[in-house]
Amino acid sequence: MRYDSLVSSVGRTPLVGLPRLSPSADVRLWAKLEQDNPTGSIKDRAALWMVQDAEKRGVLSPGAMVLEPTSGNTGISLAMVCRQRGYRLTCVMPENTSIERRQLLAMWGAEIIFSAAAGGSNEAVAVAKRLAAEHPDWVMLYQYGNPANAQAHYETTGPEILEDLPSITHFVAGLGTTGTLMGTGRYLRERVPGITVVAAEPRYGELVYGLRNIDEGFVPELYDPAVLTSRYSVGPKEALRRTRELVAEEGIFAGISTGAILHAALAQADRAVKEGKRADIAFIVCDGGWKYLSTGAYAGTLEEAEAALEGQLWA
Amino acid sequence: MAVKVRVPTILRTHTGGSKLVEGTGDTLGALFVDLDTRHEGLRGRLVSGEGAGELHRFVNVYINDEDVRFLGGLDAKLSDGDEVTILPAVAGG
Repeated sequence: MRYDSLVSSVGRTPLVGLPRLSPSADVRLWAKLEQDNPTGSIKDRAALWMVQDAEKRGVLSPGAMVLEPTSGNTGISLAMVCRQRGYRLTCVMPENTSIERRQLLAMWGAEIIFSAAAGGSNEAVAVAKRLAAEHPDWVMLYQYGNPANAQAHYETTGPEILEDLPSITHFVAGLGTTGTLMGTGRYLRERVPGITVVAAEPRYGELVYGLRNIDEGFVPELYDPAVLTSRYSVGPKEALRRTRELVAEEGIFAGISTGAILHAALAQADRAVKEGKRADIAFIVCDGGWKYLSTGAYAGTLEEAEAALEGQLWA
Repeated sequence: MAVKVRVPTILRTHTGGSKLVEGTGDTLGALFVDLDTRHEGLRGRLVSGEGAGELHRFVNVYINDEDVRFLGGLDAKLSDGDEVTILPAVAGG
Protein backbone atom coordinates (compact mmCIF):
# COMPACT_ATOMS: atom_id res chain seq x y z
CA MET A 1 0.00 0.00 0.00
CA ARG A 2 1.27 3.47 -0.91
CA TYR A 3 0.44 6.67 1.04
CA ASP A 4 1.30 10.35 0.60
CA SER A 5 2.53 10.65 4.18
CA LEU A 6 2.63 8.80 7.47
CA VAL A 7 -0.64 10.25 8.81
CA SER A 8 -2.42 9.13 5.66
CA SER A 9 -1.61 5.55 6.64
CA VAL A 10 -3.63 5.65 9.89
CA GLY A 11 -6.29 2.91 10.04
CA ARG A 12 -7.11 0.07 7.62
CA THR A 13 -5.60 -2.36 10.10
CA PRO A 14 -5.82 -6.14 9.63
CA LEU A 15 -8.54 -8.26 11.22
CA VAL A 16 -7.06 -11.67 11.96
CA GLY A 17 -8.70 -14.88 13.10
CA LEU A 18 -7.63 -16.73 16.23
CA PRO A 19 -7.77 -20.39 15.14
CA ARG A 20 -6.36 -21.75 18.42
CA LEU A 21 -8.25 -19.60 20.95
CA SER A 22 -11.60 -19.80 19.14
CA PRO A 23 -13.68 -22.56 20.75
CA SER A 24 -15.20 -23.97 17.53
CA ALA A 25 -15.85 -23.40 13.83
CA ASP A 26 -19.17 -21.77 14.80
CA VAL A 27 -17.81 -19.55 17.56
CA ARG A 28 -14.86 -17.55 16.28
CA LEU A 29 -12.68 -14.74 17.63
CA TRP A 30 -11.20 -12.03 15.43
CA ALA A 31 -8.48 -9.57 16.49
CA LYS A 32 -8.31 -6.04 15.05
CA LEU A 33 -4.58 -5.29 15.08
CA GLU A 34 -4.37 -1.61 16.02
CA GLN A 35 -0.65 -1.85 16.77
CA ASP A 36 -0.26 -1.59 12.98
CA ASN A 37 -1.01 2.14 13.16
CA PRO A 38 1.93 4.59 12.74
CA THR A 39 2.72 5.05 16.45
CA GLY A 40 1.63 1.56 17.37
CA SER A 41 -1.79 2.10 18.93
CA ILE A 42 -5.48 2.66 18.19
CA LYS A 43 -5.14 6.24 19.49
CA ASP A 44 -3.68 7.40 16.16
CA ARG A 45 -7.23 7.43 14.84
CA ALA A 46 -8.64 9.67 17.59
CA ALA A 47 -5.58 11.95 17.61
CA LEU A 48 -5.72 12.55 13.86
CA TRP A 49 -9.49 13.16 13.87
CA MET A 50 -9.31 15.58 16.83
CA VAL A 51 -6.50 17.61 15.23
CA GLN A 52 -8.22 17.70 11.82
CA ASP A 53 -11.46 18.75 13.49
CA ALA A 54 -9.73 21.56 15.41
CA GLU A 55 -8.13 22.73 12.15
CA LYS A 56 -11.52 22.77 10.45
CA ARG A 57 -12.98 24.79 13.33
CA GLY A 58 -10.08 27.21 12.96
CA VAL A 59 -8.82 26.90 16.54
CA LEU A 60 -5.35 25.62 15.59
CA SER A 61 -2.84 27.93 13.95
CA PRO A 62 0.81 27.20 13.08
CA GLY A 63 2.97 26.98 16.21
CA ALA A 64 -0.05 26.59 18.51
CA MET A 65 0.35 24.78 21.83
CA VAL A 66 -1.83 21.71 22.12
CA LEU A 67 -2.58 20.41 25.62
CA GLU A 68 -3.87 16.95 26.54
CA PRO A 69 -4.32 14.84 29.67
CA THR A 70 -3.27 11.29 28.76
CA SER A 71 -2.01 8.09 30.34
CA GLY A 72 0.22 7.63 27.30
CA ASN A 73 -1.06 6.37 23.97
CA THR A 74 -3.18 9.39 23.01
CA GLY A 75 -0.28 11.66 23.89
CA ILE A 76 2.12 9.62 21.76
CA SER A 77 -0.30 9.72 18.81
CA LEU A 78 -0.88 13.47 19.23
CA ALA A 79 2.86 14.09 19.48
CA MET A 80 3.41 12.42 16.11
CA VAL A 81 0.51 14.23 14.42
CA CYS A 82 1.38 17.62 15.97
CA ARG A 83 5.03 17.38 14.93
CA GLN A 84 4.02 16.58 11.34
CA ARG A 85 1.77 19.66 11.26
CA GLY A 86 3.90 22.16 13.15
CA TYR A 87 2.10 22.33 16.50
CA ARG A 88 3.68 22.05 19.92
CA LEU A 89 2.27 19.60 22.49
CA THR A 90 2.15 19.48 26.27
CA CYS A 91 0.88 16.26 27.86
CA VAL A 92 -0.29 15.90 31.43
CA MET A 93 0.46 12.30 32.40
CA PRO A 94 0.13 10.43 35.71
CA GLU A 95 3.55 9.64 37.17
CA ASN A 96 2.67 5.94 37.55
CA THR A 97 2.96 5.13 33.85
CA SER A 98 5.66 3.08 32.12
CA ILE A 99 9.08 4.59 31.29
CA GLU A 100 8.66 3.71 27.60
CA ARG A 101 5.67 6.04 27.31
CA ARG A 102 7.72 8.98 28.61
CA GLN A 103 10.58 8.16 26.26
CA LEU A 104 8.26 7.95 23.25
CA LEU A 105 6.53 11.23 24.10
CA ALA A 106 9.87 12.99 24.47
CA MET A 107 11.14 11.43 21.23
CA TRP A 108 8.25 12.91 19.24
CA GLY A 109 8.87 16.27 20.88
CA ALA A 110 6.14 16.54 23.52
CA GLU A 111 6.59 18.30 26.84
CA ILE A 112 5.40 16.23 29.80
CA ILE A 113 3.89 17.57 33.01
CA PHE A 114 3.45 14.83 35.59
CA SER A 115 0.38 14.54 37.79
CA ALA A 116 0.24 12.66 41.10
CA ALA A 117 -0.13 8.87 40.96
CA ALA A 118 -3.05 8.82 43.40
CA GLY A 119 -6.25 9.35 41.48
CA GLY A 120 -4.68 8.17 38.20
CA SER A 121 -6.01 9.85 35.09
CA ASN A 122 -8.62 11.79 37.10
CA GLU A 123 -5.79 13.84 38.51
CA ALA A 124 -4.24 14.34 35.04
CA VAL A 125 -7.59 15.63 33.78
CA ALA A 126 -7.89 18.02 36.73
CA VAL A 127 -4.34 19.37 36.23
CA ALA A 128 -4.90 19.81 32.47
CA LYS A 129 -8.15 21.70 33.08
CA ARG A 130 -6.31 24.06 35.45
CA LEU A 131 -3.54 24.62 32.90
CA ALA A 132 -6.09 25.30 30.17
CA ALA A 133 -7.70 27.97 32.36
CA GLU A 134 -4.30 29.57 33.03
CA HIS A 135 -3.29 29.53 29.34
CA PRO A 136 -6.30 30.56 27.28
CA ASP A 137 -4.18 30.48 24.10
CA TRP A 138 -3.43 26.75 24.50
CA VAL A 139 -5.74 24.31 22.73
CA MET A 140 -6.95 21.39 24.82
CA LEU A 141 -8.39 18.74 22.50
CA TYR A 142 -9.79 16.82 25.50
CA GLN A 143 -10.24 13.24 24.30
CA TYR A 144 -12.80 12.45 27.03
CA GLY A 145 -15.37 14.89 25.74
CA ASN A 146 -14.34 15.59 22.13
CA PRO A 147 -16.91 14.12 19.71
CA ALA A 148 -14.16 13.82 17.06
CA ASN A 149 -12.64 11.02 19.17
CA ALA A 150 -15.74 8.81 18.83
CA GLN A 151 -16.32 10.06 15.28
CA ALA A 152 -12.92 8.64 14.19
CA HIS A 153 -14.19 5.19 15.12
CA TYR A 154 -17.63 5.78 13.63
CA GLU A 155 -15.98 6.69 10.31
CA THR A 156 -13.09 4.21 10.26
CA THR A 157 -12.92 1.40 12.87
CA GLY A 158 -16.61 0.49 12.57
CA PRO A 159 -16.78 0.40 8.75
CA GLU A 160 -13.49 -1.50 8.52
CA ILE A 161 -14.69 -4.23 10.89
CA LEU A 162 -18.09 -4.62 9.22
CA GLU A 163 -16.51 -4.77 5.77
CA ASP A 164 -14.08 -7.50 6.88
CA LEU A 165 -16.62 -9.40 9.01
CA PRO A 166 -20.21 -8.94 7.76
CA SER A 167 -21.28 -11.89 9.96
CA ILE A 168 -20.18 -10.11 13.18
CA THR A 169 -22.30 -10.85 16.26
CA HIS A 170 -20.16 -9.31 19.04
CA PHE A 171 -17.83 -6.34 19.37
CA VAL A 172 -15.55 -6.14 22.42
CA ALA A 173 -13.22 -3.24 23.26
CA GLY A 174 -11.59 -1.46 26.17
CA LEU A 175 -13.26 1.35 28.07
CA GLY A 176 -11.07 4.38 28.77
CA THR A 177 -12.20 7.58 27.10
CA THR A 178 -15.06 5.41 25.75
CA GLY A 179 -14.34 6.78 22.23
CA THR A 180 -13.65 3.39 20.59
CA LEU A 181 -16.80 1.78 22.00
CA MET A 182 -19.08 4.77 21.41
CA GLY A 183 -18.01 5.32 17.79
CA THR A 184 -17.59 1.72 16.65
CA GLY A 185 -20.52 0.53 18.77
CA ARG A 186 -22.92 3.12 17.31
CA TYR A 187 -21.86 2.37 13.75
CA LEU A 188 -22.32 -1.38 14.22
CA ARG A 189 -25.62 -1.02 16.12
CA GLU A 190 -27.10 0.97 13.23
CA ARG A 191 -26.26 -1.81 10.76
CA VAL A 192 -26.19 -5.13 12.64
CA PRO A 193 -29.50 -5.87 14.40
CA GLY A 194 -29.01 -7.55 17.75
CA ILE A 195 -25.25 -7.07 17.92
CA THR A 196 -23.71 -7.45 21.38
CA VAL A 197 -21.36 -4.58 22.34
CA VAL A 198 -19.18 -5.34 25.35
CA ALA A 199 -16.84 -3.07 27.33
CA ALA A 200 -13.81 -4.39 29.20
CA GLU A 201 -12.66 -1.95 31.83
CA PRO A 202 -9.26 -2.35 33.51
CA ARG A 203 -9.36 -2.72 37.28
CA TYR A 204 -6.21 -1.18 38.76
CA GLY A 205 -4.62 -1.34 42.18
CA GLU A 206 -6.04 0.66 45.06
CA LEU A 207 -3.72 3.62 44.63
CA VAL A 208 -5.41 4.54 41.34
CA TYR A 209 -8.78 4.76 43.08
CA GLY A 210 -7.29 6.92 45.83
CA LEU A 211 -9.66 9.84 45.45
CA ARG A 212 -10.25 12.16 48.37
CA ASN A 213 -13.99 11.87 47.96
CA ILE A 214 -16.50 10.22 45.66
CA ASP A 215 -17.40 13.51 44.01
CA GLU A 216 -13.90 13.62 42.49
CA GLY A 217 -14.99 10.63 40.39
CA PHE A 218 -15.02 10.96 36.64
CA VAL A 219 -17.25 9.72 33.84
CA PRO A 220 -16.13 10.79 30.34
CA GLU A 221 -18.59 13.17 28.68
CA LEU A 222 -18.54 10.90 25.60
CA TYR A 223 -19.94 7.94 27.52
CA ASP A 224 -23.46 6.78 26.63
CA PRO A 225 -24.30 3.46 28.32
CA ALA A 226 -27.12 2.86 25.82
CA VAL A 227 -24.48 1.87 23.23
CA LEU A 228 -23.29 -1.03 25.41
CA THR A 229 -24.86 -4.41 26.11
CA SER A 230 -22.67 -5.09 29.13
CA ARG A 231 -19.55 -3.87 30.86
CA TYR A 232 -16.97 -5.95 32.73
CA SER A 233 -14.23 -5.04 35.16
CA VAL A 234 -11.06 -7.07 34.53
CA GLY A 235 -8.23 -7.22 37.05
CA PRO A 236 -4.49 -7.40 36.33
CA LYS A 237 -4.21 -11.17 36.90
CA GLU A 238 -6.74 -12.07 34.20
CA ALA A 239 -5.40 -9.36 31.87
CA LEU A 240 -1.83 -10.66 32.21
CA ARG A 241 -2.88 -14.31 31.79
CA ARG A 242 -4.75 -13.54 28.58
CA THR A 243 -2.00 -11.27 27.25
CA ARG A 244 0.41 -14.19 27.61
CA GLU A 245 -2.08 -16.66 26.08
CA LEU A 246 -2.51 -14.39 23.07
CA VAL A 247 1.21 -14.42 22.30
CA ALA A 248 1.70 -18.10 23.20
CA GLU A 249 -1.28 -19.46 21.25
CA GLU A 250 -1.66 -17.01 18.39
CA GLY A 251 1.69 -15.18 18.21
CA ILE A 252 0.10 -11.77 18.83
CA PHE A 253 2.33 -9.63 21.08
CA ALA A 254 -0.09 -7.16 22.64
CA GLY A 255 -0.22 -4.69 25.51
CA ILE A 256 -1.85 -5.56 28.80
CA SER A 257 -5.19 -3.82 28.21
CA THR A 258 -5.69 -6.14 25.25
CA GLY A 259 -5.48 -9.08 27.66
CA ALA A 260 -8.39 -7.59 29.59
CA ILE A 261 -10.39 -7.25 26.36
CA LEU A 262 -9.57 -10.81 25.28
CA HIS A 263 -10.75 -12.03 28.70
CA ALA A 264 -14.16 -10.43 28.14
CA ALA A 265 -14.27 -11.70 24.53
CA LEU A 266 -13.56 -15.28 25.64
CA ALA A 267 -16.38 -15.04 28.20
CA GLN A 268 -18.76 -14.10 25.36
CA ALA A 269 -17.42 -17.03 23.30
CA ASP A 270 -18.02 -19.40 26.24
CA ARG A 271 -21.56 -18.16 26.60
CA ALA A 272 -22.29 -18.64 22.88
CA VAL A 273 -20.97 -22.22 23.04
CA LYS A 274 -23.16 -23.00 26.09
CA GLU A 275 -26.22 -21.51 24.37
CA GLY A 276 -25.45 -23.37 21.14
CA LYS A 277 -25.34 -20.14 19.15
CA ARG A 278 -23.11 -19.10 16.25
CA ALA A 279 -20.80 -16.16 17.06
CA ASP A 280 -18.25 -14.01 15.26
CA ILE A 281 -16.60 -11.94 17.98
CA ALA A 282 -14.37 -9.04 16.93
CA PHE A 283 -12.16 -7.46 19.58
CA ILE A 284 -9.61 -4.66 19.63
CA VAL A 285 -5.89 -5.18 20.09
CA CYS A 286 -5.15 -1.65 21.36
CA ASP A 287 -1.39 -1.71 21.05
CA GLY A 288 1.67 -3.96 20.97
CA GLY A 289 3.51 -5.11 24.07
CA TRP A 290 6.68 -3.11 23.47
CA LYS A 291 5.77 -0.20 25.76
CA TYR A 292 5.13 -2.56 28.68
CA LEU A 293 8.28 -4.72 28.63
CA SER A 294 9.77 -2.76 31.53
CA THR A 295 6.72 -3.54 33.70
CA GLY A 296 7.75 -7.22 33.86
CA ALA A 297 4.40 -8.25 32.38
CA TYR A 298 5.86 -10.87 30.07
CA ALA A 299 8.48 -12.49 32.32
CA GLY A 300 8.47 -14.57 35.48
CA THR A 301 5.38 -16.01 37.15
CA LEU A 302 1.95 -14.41 36.85
CA GLU A 303 2.07 -13.56 40.56
CA GLU A 304 5.35 -11.68 40.12
CA ALA A 305 4.00 -9.85 37.10
CA GLU A 306 0.82 -8.94 38.94
CA ALA A 307 2.81 -7.63 41.91
CA ALA A 308 4.92 -5.50 39.54
CA LEU A 309 1.77 -3.89 38.13
CA GLU A 310 0.39 -2.89 41.53
CA GLY A 311 -0.28 0.84 41.55
CA GLN A 312 0.60 1.19 37.83
CA LEU A 313 -1.73 2.51 35.14
CA TRP A 314 -1.30 -0.53 32.93
CA ALA A 315 -3.99 0.24 30.37
CA MET B 1 -27.44 -15.93 51.61
CA ALA B 2 -23.99 -14.42 52.07
CA VAL B 3 -22.36 -12.08 49.59
CA LYS B 4 -18.77 -10.82 49.79
CA VAL B 5 -18.35 -7.09 49.24
CA ARG B 6 -15.07 -5.35 48.35
CA VAL B 7 -14.96 -1.81 49.71
CA PRO B 8 -12.66 0.86 48.22
CA THR B 9 -10.23 2.79 50.43
CA ILE B 10 -12.36 5.92 50.29
CA LEU B 11 -15.36 4.18 51.94
CA ARG B 12 -13.53 2.18 54.62
CA THR B 13 -14.25 4.82 57.22
CA HIS B 14 -17.66 3.09 57.34
CA THR B 15 -16.26 -0.44 57.72
CA GLY B 16 -13.69 0.15 60.44
CA GLY B 17 -10.94 -0.07 57.83
CA SER B 18 -12.05 -3.46 56.43
CA LYS B 19 -11.63 -3.92 52.68
CA LEU B 20 -13.84 -7.04 52.63
CA VAL B 21 -17.21 -7.28 54.38
CA GLU B 22 -20.16 -9.66 54.14
CA GLY B 23 -23.83 -8.99 53.75
CA THR B 24 -27.12 -10.49 52.64
CA GLY B 25 -29.94 -9.54 50.28
CA ASP B 26 -31.82 -10.79 47.22
CA THR B 27 -30.98 -7.61 45.35
CA LEU B 28 -28.17 -5.08 45.40
CA GLY B 29 -30.49 -2.51 46.97
CA ALA B 30 -31.38 -4.96 49.78
CA LEU B 31 -27.69 -5.75 50.29
CA PHE B 32 -26.89 -2.06 50.79
CA VAL B 33 -29.73 -1.73 53.33
CA ASP B 34 -28.35 -4.77 55.19
CA LEU B 35 -24.77 -3.44 55.11
CA ASP B 36 -25.93 -0.11 56.48
CA THR B 37 -27.19 -1.79 59.68
CA ARG B 38 -23.59 -2.76 60.56
CA HIS B 39 -21.65 -0.12 58.57
CA GLU B 40 -23.55 3.06 59.29
CA GLY B 41 -23.56 5.66 56.56
CA LEU B 42 -22.23 3.35 53.84
CA ARG B 43 -25.50 3.21 51.91
CA GLY B 44 -25.74 6.98 51.87
CA ARG B 45 -22.40 7.18 50.06
CA LEU B 46 -23.52 4.71 47.37
CA VAL B 47 -27.15 5.61 46.77
CA SER B 48 -28.57 9.05 46.10
CA GLY B 49 -32.13 10.29 45.82
CA GLU B 50 -35.33 9.64 47.75
CA GLY B 51 -36.91 6.24 48.51
CA ALA B 52 -35.14 3.34 46.81
CA GLY B 53 -32.90 5.93 45.16
CA GLU B 54 -30.33 5.19 42.51
CA LEU B 55 -26.61 4.51 42.34
CA HIS B 56 -24.43 7.56 42.84
CA ARG B 57 -23.16 8.82 39.48
CA PHE B 58 -19.48 8.42 40.41
CA VAL B 59 -19.79 4.98 42.00
CA ASN B 60 -19.40 1.79 39.98
CA VAL B 61 -20.60 -1.51 41.42
CA TYR B 62 -19.88 -4.91 39.92
CA ILE B 63 -21.44 -8.32 40.63
CA ASN B 64 -18.89 -10.98 39.74
CA ASP B 65 -17.07 -8.33 37.69
CA GLU B 66 -20.15 -7.28 35.67
CA ASP B 67 -21.31 -3.64 35.93
CA VAL B 68 -24.67 -3.65 37.77
CA ARG B 69 -25.99 -0.78 35.66
CA PHE B 70 -26.43 -3.39 32.90
CA LEU B 71 -28.05 -5.87 35.32
CA GLY B 72 -30.86 -3.70 36.66
CA GLY B 73 -28.93 -1.35 38.95
CA LEU B 74 -30.16 -1.54 42.55
CA ASP B 75 -32.67 -4.20 41.43
CA ALA B 76 -29.87 -6.49 40.20
CA LYS B 77 -30.38 -10.01 41.61
CA LEU B 78 -27.85 -11.55 43.98
CA SER B 79 -27.14 -15.21 44.63
CA ASP B 80 -25.29 -16.96 47.43
CA GLY B 81 -21.54 -16.73 46.93
CA ASP B 82 -21.65 -13.71 44.61
CA GLU B 83 -18.85 -11.18 44.88
CA VAL B 84 -19.68 -7.49 44.82
CA THR B 85 -16.98 -4.90 44.08
CA ILE B 86 -17.48 -1.19 44.73
CA LEU B 87 -15.17 1.31 42.99
CA PRO B 88 -15.15 5.06 42.43
CA ALA B 89 -15.38 6.01 38.74
CA VAL B 90 -11.95 6.92 37.34
CA ALA B 91 -10.76 7.99 33.93
CA GLY B 92 -8.87 5.83 31.44
CA GLY B 93 -7.20 6.79 28.15
